Amino acid sequence: MTRVSEHLNHALHDLMETDPDVHLLGEDVSDPYGGAFKVTRGLSTRFGDRVRSTPLSEGAIAGVGAGLALAGRKAIVEIMFADFVALAFDQIVNFAAKSTAMYGRPVPIPLVVRCPSGGNRGYGPTHSQSPQKHFIGVPGLSLFEMTPFHNAGELFARMFALGRPCLFFEDKVLYTRRMYEGGVVDDLFRYEVAGDVARVRLDGVAEPDCAIVVHGGMVHRALDAMRLLLLEDDIACELLVPARLHPLPELPGLERARHVCVVEDGSEGGTWGAEVARVLHPRLWSSLRRPITLLSAADSVIPAAPHLEREVLVQPARIRDAIVEALS
Amino acid sequence: MTVTVPAPTGTTPSGARRTPPPPEPEDLELLLLIRHFELTLLRLFEAGELSGTTHTCLGQEYIPVALSRLLGDDDFVLSNHRGHGHFLARHAEPYGLLAEIMGREGALCAGVGGSQHVYHRRFLSTGVQGESLPVATGVALALKGTGALACAYIGDGTWGEGAVYEALNMAQLWRVPLLVVVEHNGIAQSTPTAAQMSGRVAARAAAFDVLHHRVTSLEVGEIRTELAPLVAMVRQDSRPLVVEFATHRVGPHSKGDDTRAPEEIALAAAHDWYDRYARLFPEPFARIDRERRELVERIAAEVTARPPSAWERP
Ligand SMILES: Cc1ncc(C[n+]2csc(CCOP(=O)(O)OP(=O)(O)O)c2C)c(N)n1
Repeated sequence: MTRVSEHLNHALHDLMETDPDVHLLGEDVSDPYGGAFKVTRGLSTRFGDRVRSTPLSEGAIAGVGAGLALAGRKAIVEIMFADFVALAFDQIVNFAAKSTAMYGRPVPIPLVVRCPSGGNRGYGPTHSQSPQKHFIGVPGLSLFEMTPFHNAGELFARMFALGRPCLFFEDKVLYTRRMYEGGVVDDLFRYEVAGDVARVRLDGVAEPDCAIVVHGGMVHRALDAMRLLLLEDDIACELLVPARLHPLPELPGLERARHVCVVEDGSEGGTWGAEVARVLHPRLWSSLRRPITLLSAADSVIPAAPHLEREVLVQPARIRDAIVEALS
Repeated sequence: MTVTVPAPTGTTPSGARRTPPPPEPEDLELLLLIRHFELTLLRLFEAGELSGTTHTCLGQEYIPVALSRLLGDDDFVLSNHRGHGHFLARHAEPYGLLAEIMGREGALCAGVGGSQHVYHRRFLSTGVQGESLPVATGVALALKGTGALACAYIGDGTWGEGAVYEALNMAQLWRVPLLVVVEHNGIAQSTPTAAQMSGRVAARAAAFDVLHHRVTSLEVGEIRTELAPLVAMVRQDSRPLVVEFATHRVGPHSKGDDTRAPEEIALAAAHDWYDRYARLFPEPFARIDRERRELVERIAAEVTARPPSAWERP
């Protein structure tokens, strides 16, 4: 069994081993600390000054990463908590992303900004957000997110191959969960990964009642809901988990589902889900029987106290209720 | 500009140079209240009673305690992630603070903010480093001319954030009564200051013509005497001042994440006022220590038994 944090750690080790151009920067990433979530453990010991613990300077480290990338290297920048990527917004949006195009010719900026995101850990309003939505629709910028299905090494290779800056979200609740292996989720569900999209299905169900689209951090809550929906409500769902959030890759199989539901942990309003629906509506217009259901966290700050936080963020029961209601 | 004040004497951790006078009982009570509050949080965490994270100020308690009597009711205090001591030295409301941290009835901010985000009676903390200094400058601008000041606590690591400099520039340019208290404990999370700061805090303040004063004493009374005229100057002349405390983080950054070498931890511990006072002033230390410990135990038991906090979402 490999935990997601270990898997990411191995992927970074392999990447830095095979590609001497890769540099990694971030607060407290060096050994023995190895990063706030231990994802960079061992890297500084092994790769010396290609790995640097930085001052508390999110804006500047994103800019330094962009500079390394501009000068022909590849850079991975860790933002300790995704919330603080707000401090790097200018460097990412107005420099890194724009520079790939604003000089009238393609300028490669192979930069990956890793952002540990999400809540359900009681860290409070400034350490729990899922800020993906703030970066959607920025020309030149791609958004990816870790999932428990995707090989992180392949995702890093894919992001660097774009030659343009990418944000890579890693939901903190995933770190201690295991990577799924061998196509099996559990006794009920099987999965396959095709390109950017992981697809989780019930054996033998070709036309699910509902297809649920989620980002990596929502996977376990969606699976919990799917299990309840099947066993308690006799509703068969399949799950689509794109590792690339924006631009959205082709999501397979949706025409055969009776309903589509997009679930995310970002706060309500201007959401990733709305963007997914925008992309899907023209494609599915003739087969859709009802509007796509969009579920997100409440239009709210994320409280520190767990009993309040639970109410704000999306929980399995809410997914289940929304799907039951939509199909009733 | 650096203000020169005669070097304090009782600065050695071992007390080798001379024995300082005993702290006043109220100061010792407050120091020990904060100490036991923090130790209790770590204990509650281990027992699984607390979630999220917490940053204790073990070893640094004397800083807000020293400042407490230099601040007036109309002053505004801005604090950071390591803010429990800052709060308790400002407001004697340990029940409310613990309830906030535990998400229980009576919480200062309904349990929404938790350990790092408290706004209560002119005390405000937030968990994003560097954010507070521009805000403090704005508060100080509003207070300018009233005799009140804005006091902002930041760590040495937070000097990595550009907002700190944008704020210092404006604070001096506009002559606002801003007291920046730097708790320079030589480390930011796991990164030693030497690995994240080029130059010195004093020189950075000097670059903006901001007054700077470095405090090495660990004695509450001594620090107060040293700072009183400077703080008065912030109010009267309406100008910013950076007070940099050479201090030590005795505990982990948050919980269980101390990767410092044993010698470094021992060095920090050697500066701890707690052991020193226990040794130098066994009476009244032992009595007050026991009283505060028992008080915090009662607070923790009472708050733990309360129902969860209620919050009306806007
Ligand atoms: C903008 C921002 N970046 C990173 C963090 C994570 N973080 C919290 S405290 C801390 C270290 C702060 O060091 P310092 O300012 O020296 O204060 P100390 O913890 O030593 O009291 C870091 C990196 C944060 N809270 N905000």
